[in-house]
Amino acid sequence: MKLITAVVKPHRLDEIKEALQAFGVHGLTVTEASGYGRQRGHTEVYRGAEYTVDLVPKIRIEVLAEDDDAEGLIDVIVKAARTGKIGDGKVWSLPVETAVRVRTGERGPDAL
Amino acid sequence: MASAAITLAAEAPKLSAANTGFMLICSALVLLMTPGLAFFYGGMVRVKSTLNMLMMSFISIGIVTILWVVYGFSLAFGTDKGGLIGWTSGWVGLSDIGTADLWDGYTIPILAFLVFQLMFAIITPALISGALADRVKFSAWALFVALWATIVYFPVAHWVWGAGGWAFELGVIDFAGGTAVHINAGAAALGVILVIGKRVGFKKDPMRPHSLPLVMLGAGLLWFGWFGFNAGSWLGNDDGVGSLMFVNTQVATAAAMLAWLIYEKIRHGAFTTLGAASGAVAGLVAITPSGGAVTPVGAIAVGAIAGLLCAMAVGLKYKLGYDDSLDVVGVHLVGGVVGSLLIGFFASGKGQSEVQGLFYGGGLDQFWKQCAGVFAVLGYSLVVSAILAFLLDKTIGMRVPEDVEIAGIDQAEHAETAYDFSGAGGGAARTSVPAAVGGASKKVDA
Repeated sequence: MKLITAVVKPHRLDEIKEALQAFGVHGLTVTEASGYGRQRGHTEVYRGAEYTVDLVPKIRIEVLAEDDDAEGLIDVIVKAARTGKIGDGKVWSLPVETAVRVRTGERGPDAL
Repeated sequence: MASAAITLAAEAPKLSAANTGFMLICSALVLLMTPGLAFFYGGMVRVKSTLNMLMMSFISIGIVTILWVVYGFSLAFGTDKGGLIGWTSGWVGLSDIGTADLWDGYTIPILAFLVFQLMFAIITPALISGALADRVKFSAWALFVALWATIVYFPVAHWVWGAGGWAFELGVIDFAGGTAVHINAGAAALGVILVIGKRVGFKKDPMRPHSLPLVMLGAGLLWFGWFGFNAGSWLGNDDGVGSLMFVNTQVATAAAMLAWLIYEKIRHGAFTTLGAASGAVAGLVAITPSGGAVTPVGAIAVGAIAGLLCAMAVGLKYKLGYDDSLDVVGVHLVGGVVGSLLIGFFASGKGQSEVQGLFYGGGLDQFWKQCAGVFAVLGYSLVVSAILAFLLDKTIGMRVPEDVEIAGIDQAEHAETAYDFSGAGGGAARTSVPAAVGGASKKVDA
């Protein structure tokens, strides 16, 4: 199994969710995150005082997938998340040792 | 307030139900300004000191109300003693004030007048709190409010509005509190921050407003309540001057908001929400002393000049290095001075009195009188407030410890946090159910 993590622009979430559902993914976890990559932050002004805001709001999506599905799933996310502008985010995957469905106790791919 | 008394003095005034009803509504409007101010300030601080900021305003309602009943009204509006202070012993505890007793020369009961004036006494110390964000011990603040109201606000209100008060007799025009409220509070704020110093991390850490919607809400409530503050200050509606004040309040506030936004767009590249809210408040402050004296076109000028100068003034604290946290000096002191002095130029002679300013052929006479009022109040409030803060700091201490300030004053001083952002609705906290609810005070899991 693989854990696929995507940190993307918040407004792409709905597109990505729909694309993942179409791909056959049954569940995912979404967290609000903040961070920066090469685009860095932006400037805000309050009564003339300028603040550089480094950490930009992002959405972190986590999906578990079987090994064979992982590459295809990554492609689906990347395609749905892309706007072509700087700050689109990153997607990566990690190997996962095990997973358990809490309600039934099923383990491994059966738990997905 | 002066000339209405003169015009009505010919026959003994009778109680007017219309004026009395109007004044009671205005009193409620002015009260609403203090929670409005709390939101205006509360949105501008960081999350960790939101509640403290709200409470610094709210506590003033409690403290000043009691002082006002006990001796404040007597000190401010009692029989004059040498132009400096009032005192009418029968007014202590409001004991000798009958329900049918009219305020001298007016058509409203003393009770209606004193409750209206009470609301002014409440908001003036609350205004100071914006300069002291994040760092003042709540007990020290409460004591400061009580002492400041007693030795600064009550006397200054007497100077400016009390029969026999020296500024009143000199002819200084302050329709609704440009000197007595705004210059007074702004100068006090400057005096206190020069003594207690800056917030930890001032000019280094980002100190962004945590909720601009709260700031907008507060500015809106202030604007709404300010109609009571300004139009009500004529204490009745027999001659239309209150209506002129109402119109000018609206006009100057609009002009000041636009001026601030245009300045900001040119200087910093954006029309900000905070700029719109701040500009509106700057306009309200500047029209407060002047709205009865100027024409609506004059009000546009007063508002626009105040909006522009206040927008420029709020940057000074970074250059000069004093931490006027939420710009009480930059908005209330500067706006109050601008509004008060501009009366010397824009007084039309067609509003509250015949007095004309420079632009209406009246020369500079009124301008010099305004200067006397402005600088006397500014100086007195600045010096006395600084001394008061110094004495409190040396005895009970004005500031919270640095680690408390960094962690957030809300938890240490109020044992609360402003917002629960957790999806679990606070489930992460362990609570003890109050005895009255749970039947026992033992610790239980939430």
